Amino acid sequence: MSFTIARTVDEALAALTAGATPIAGGTDLVVGARHGKAALPANLVAIDRLDELKAVVETKEGVSIGALVSHHAIETHPLLASAYCALADGSALVGSPATRHVGTLGGNIMNASPAMDTGAPLTVMGAEVELRSTRGNRRMPIEQLWTGPGRTSAEPGELCVAIHLPKPGPKANSAYVRLEYRRAMEIAVVGAAAFVALADDGTIAALRVGLTAVAPTILTCNLVEQIGRPVAAAAEHAAQMAMEQCTPISDVRASVGYRRHTVGVMARRAVEAAARRAAGEKIAIPVNRAVGIGAAS
Amino acid sequence: MSTSERIAFTLKVNGTDYPVDVEQGRNLLSVIRSEIGLTGTKEGCDDCECGACMVLLDGQPVNSCSYLAVQAQGRAITTVEGVIDGDEMHPLQRNILEEGGVQCGFCTPGMILSAHALLARNSSPSEEEVRIGLSGNLCRCTGYAKIVAAVQRTATELHA
Ligand SMILES: Cc1cc2nc3c(=O)[nH]c(=O)nc-3n(C[C@H](O)[C@H](O)[C@H](O)COP(=O)(O)OP(=O)(O)OC[C@H]3O[C@@H](n4cnc5c(N)ncnc54)[C@H](O)[C@@H]3O)c2cc1C
Repeated sequence: MSFTIARTVDEALAALTAGATPIAGGTDLVVGARHGKAALPANLVAIDRLDELKAVVETKEGVSIGALVSHHAIETHPLLASAYCALADGSALVGSPATRHVGTLGGNIMNASPAMDTGAPLTVMGAEVELRSTRGNRRMPIEQLWTGPGRTSAEPGELCVAIHLPKPGPKANSAYVRLEYRRAMEIAVVGAAAFVALADDGTIAALRVGLTAVAPTILTCNLVEQIGRPVAAAAEHAAQMAMEQCTPISDVRASVGYRRHTVGVMARRAVEAAARRAAGEKIAIPVNRAVGIGAAS
Repeated sequence: MSTSERIAFTLKVNGTDYPVDVEQGRNLLSVIRSEIGLTGTKEGCDDCECGACMVLLDGQPVNSCSYLAVQAQGRAITTVEGVIDGDEMHPLQRNILEEGGVQCGFCTPGMILSAHALLARNSSPSEEEVRIGLSGNLCRCTGYAKIVAAVQRTATELHA
């Protein structure tokens, strides 16, 4: 049994190679252990002091977000909250202010819950995840990270160090909406993210849709056949596609039929909100409030 | 996990260093209450939902029921006992009393700490922003309106 606090990424990688499990904010790991879902790993390495993984850096290609950037930092970051809106929408919905201050982007994606709120936003924006181990670095499209509920393709010893997002390009933006029964401390019943690029005539130039909590992992579709169509028609198509492609479960929160219906509604609203933003409209983060989802306060 | 394996470290609570020797899996809440003896921090749901256990870690709100004590070493922990200024109540404490925002009082320490963190990052929050700032804290008595009013009154006072 051991607990170490890594001071450098190399120290963290050495601990992982020796078999330790990383703990960032612990909002999944510790809470899960307290629920009895999984015992707390005996050997832990705390990575929450690795300041080099806490930066949001604008690059020529887009933006690189360190794995330890918190949801609070994302929702309040000027660049992320204006050009990469779906991610800011997702982070702003996580838990409470405490969860958002402690919980990290890396922890959210590595925990690989099908209900994670940053997953669909990241896939529609074309994110790549960067993993590092003592053997080196690798980058892959983020969809390839998730292999099932709570499972990733990361090898033992690999640490998530960053998430890279390409520039959205001109007249393009994104949105993430989720169905929730209350306005805080909630888990997505279902959710949908959309990335929309508009042509000069206002028709669709690119459309990708990602779905939350309706399959073992985040579902993503690149709707190339919608190019050249009006936004309203593309949004309707996205809703149909979402209802057809999803494979939801029934549980205490919602039935299969309800999830199948509402994921269509979420997909349509996500496309419409992303298109409004792509056209230059400012809609406050999280867009959920602006489109009237969640009980009024 | 085995709870028998102990680990010795120091926690800095309200500016004082406390050496502790506890099981690796112990949560911060139980160490603050049972080892250090500061019982202002409450255990409510013990599940990260109610916010009665809220403390500040380097100024940021954290649910101490679900945070490992050992992970809090090296950080400045603030509990409700630490917001008081000598014998003077903090304006948040005074206003929550004066506005009638305390009934059973169980949620009050957590509310004060969430509000404290909110006012540190936003000195004049709107009602909506106060409600979001307190959204991780449940109160089953007051209906929130008086607590929200107390936070807004404190913001106005601190500005004046
Ligand atoms: C009250 C509450 C409400 C919540 N609400 C939401 C919500 O609305 N939406 C949502 O999506 N989530 C929610 N969560 C879940 C959780 O807060 C998020 O998933 C958070 O982003 C996890 O980050 P963390 O740093 O706390 O992860 P940790 O718990 O520290 O880690 C999670 C997992 O990822 C691994 N890990 C962490 N960082 C890395 C890394 N850099 N490299 C490799 N592996 C790593 C850990 O080993 C562990 O297996 C909630 C949690 C709580 C307690």
